[in-house]
Amino acid sequence: MVGSEGTIRMLWLQGASCGGCTMSILESGASGWFDELRQSGIDLVWHPSVSEQTGDEVVELLEAIRDGRERLDLLVLEGSVARGPGLTGRFNMLAGTNRSIYHWLLDLAPLADYVVAVGSCAAYGGIPAAGINPTDAVGLQFEGSDIGGALGAGFRSKRGLPVINVAGCAPHPGWMMESLLALTSGDLSADGLDAVGRPTFIANHLAHHGCSRNEFYEFKASAETMSERGCLMEHLGCRATQAVGDCNQRSWNGGGSCTKGGYACIACTSPGFESAQNYLQTAKLAGIPVGLPTDMPKAWFVALAALSKSATPRRVRVNATADHVVVPPGRAGDKRRP
Amino acid sequence: MTRITVGPFNRVEGDLEVRLDIESGRVTRAEVTAPLYRGFEQILEGRPSLDALVIAPRICGICSVSQSIAAAAALRQAMGIAAAPNGVLAANIAHAAENAADHLTHFYIFFMPDFARDVYASHAWHSATAERFAATKGSAARDALPARARLLEIMGLIAGKWPHSLAFQPGGTTRAIELGERVRLNAIAASFRGFLERVVFADKLENVLALSTSDELDRWREGRAGDFAHFLRLADALALADLGSGPGLLMSFGAYHDFNGARFRAGVRTSSGEVHALPSDGITEDVSHAWMHDTSLDPAESRTVPDADKADAYSWCKAPRLAGEPVEVGALARQAIDGQPLITALLASGRSNVRNRVIARLIETARLALSIEHWIKGLRLNEPFCDSSASAADGNFVGLVEAARGSLGHWLAVRSGRIERYQIIAPTSWNFSPRDADGVAGPLEQALVGTEVGTAGARAVGIQHVVRSFDPCMVCTAH
Ligand code: SF4
Ligand code: SF4
Repeated sequence: MVGSEGTIRMLWLQGASCGGCTMSILESGASGWFDELRQSGIDLVWHPSVSEQTGDEVVELLEAIRDGRERLDLLVLEGSVARGPGLTGRFNMLAGTNRSIYHWLLDLAPLADYVVAVGSCAAYGGIPAAGINPTDAVGLQFEGSDIGGALGAGFRSKRGLPVINVAGCAPHPGWMMESLLALTSGDLSADGLDAVGRPTFIANHLAHHGCSRNEFYEFKASAETMSERGCLMEHLGCRATQAVGDCNQRSWNGGGSCTKGGYACIACTSPGFESAQNYLQTAKLAGIPVGLPTDMPKAWFVALAALSKSATPRRVRVNATADHVVVPPGRAGDKRRP
Repeated sequence: MTRITVGPFNRVEGDLEVRLDIESGRVTRAEVTAPLYRGFEQILEGRPSLDALVIAPRICGICSVSQSIAAAAALRQAMGIAAAPNGVLAANIAHAAENAADHLTHFYIFFMPDFARDVYASHAWHSATAERFAATKGSAARDALPARARLLEIMGLIAGKWPHSLAFQPGGTTRAIELGERVRLNAIAASFRGFLERVVFADKLENVLALSTSDELDRWREGRAGDFAHFLRLADALALADLGSGPGLLMSFGAYHDFNGARFRAGVRTSSGEVHALPSDGITEDVSHAWMHDTSLDPAESRTVPDADKADAYSWCKAPRLAGEPVEVGALARQAIDGQPLITALLASGRSNVRNRVIARLIETARLALSIEHWIKGLRLNEPFCDSSASAADGNFVGLVEAARGSLGHWLAVRSGRIERYQIIAPTSWNFSPRDADGVAGPLEQALVGTEVGTAGARAVGIQHVVRSFDPCMVCTAH
């Protein structure tokens, strides 16, 4: 999809957002995000955090797009769509326009070749939709896992695609850039999205894949309190066996991930993650975690867990409840160097 | 008199609307609107108290660590525990990295691009400034964004990821740092120092921090390369010291506590330069011009209940006051109250202004780089990073910290392990507050008065400089 001037025109808007998705994507690119965009042929026609144009210059641009005088290839939204109070959108006005972001989006979305929701807010409602959802916040095309949202189930952008949901809170910078570039190169089609609109190249993985605690998981050798090295699933709320994302297969901020950081995956790529409670404690029924892997019979899981617990090497068992390695790898009985 | 509206107001965190009355080409009255409300305090009510660690950071993507440590501080008080000493240092390192990254983002991405605008094209300095700082196109972002990303690798080691980490717990931080990781932290700190000394200051940090008078600063910048000296020359050419004078009172809750107390001291500074202890019970929030129901002035007792149709209201932001007065918060306040020599000297000749707000941020960045090096050395790798938490007792608790943009408070009421009330007063709630019941304007509203707009109206670049000199975070403001 190369536009008539040879550049892809991208407009980025923020709804009821924390700005964290932008903070994340600003980490992208070896010589900075702006250079990366240029190299990729993307012209950032406006972004609230980084563009020079302000005030009426922006209003003129938005009106030109709305009136069809300016082309729009990619429309990106960060943040949920606050529809309240009473569908007026007044909890989130676009300053200087006397018009809500909600209503601007209703105008602009049908004009874009592709509409991309970055972050779980724009995709599903996210954190602003938690609890009593004070602002009637929804995602662009989903409300939690229910299709609909601000634009409606039937919405298709000009190229015939539903909203592409780059979920996560915040999403990895790579998820956002790779999704945008896969769209512009024509490699991401409706077949490449899962049931809740997430690109499958991200959503076909689980956050659990590649976690540095996998060996502890195998033996159900579990951390009991925060900062211990064991698996975080049994006691400390880890939901990575049910949450999609290649989180533990790439590096966050040069080498991290949630579970590497010592705390549980809270499934921030899942619709409705904001309605969970007691995130860092595993909910259990009769001593068995409620949130077991979704594609495995529960009885097998319990049987395997009992077996592997009984076969746990001492090294794994001891290290699981320590905050640094107490028993190093090596064969039983090996002598350490003096 | 004409009335103009400025917005959308970008290159701030979030969006902002400003309405200005203009007479004879100058601003005579300003009204500041926070146009976004999400209702975090309502969302938090009724949840298990520890859920604040998941929800509160997501108020803000640019200062999520600050929000985390404010929530953790309030919860720590509720649990009656102390954090593991290593956890205190690791949290300081990560928090300082966020603070420094925010100052870089402000300087390079939000603030400086305004000097590249065409309106300045006739000035001799314009072409070099535009080449360096033009929004998204200037050469500076190619230096600053990778340096920022490298600095934030501290988060990969200590916090797992940024923004929005759960590593900051009441008992400390959740990842024990090993020897190889300490070495990597040192390497990141060294590359951050390298960036500051090569690109920002073109001098050793120690030399920059030895400057202690206005004259020394002027002599230092003569003929010096680096982006700080570039800014200082622009500031003089455009008389930015005469622009955007604040309300006079400055406040800091005190930042980066360790075993020697706060790295940057807490207090209140009057316009005559005296520094007093922070009056612990003097903080109120007035809603007379906010789209909010009146519940209580005291953040420990009040709730947040929107009223979108309220007469005379013009912002989702409440009006925080200290002993009834509006106060300015931020790096300038922090450094002035801490007695940093150069900032003290610059304030001796007047109030806060566009120039000294920016200088204070960069001076603080240099101090943070040294502090990060110091705290990394202080980690004792064989000792714990996180002590176990306890359950939160019933009662009222408070977490007071400093975010990059100034004083941040979380007021938490717990009942039976759940959040009964939660109130947040963010830095920009102070700086960009609306009027109070007495009609007293907030700090930015005061600072805009007198700004020259000439015939440019809403496009007047002076307004842009004044607003952005505060480094507003509008997503925090009303939350
Ligand atoms: S998805 Fe998360 S990071 Fe992105 S705007 Fe929403 S709360 Fe912020
Ligand atoms: S901590 Fe979570 S992601 Fe890691 S192995 Fe355990 S269940 Fe999987």
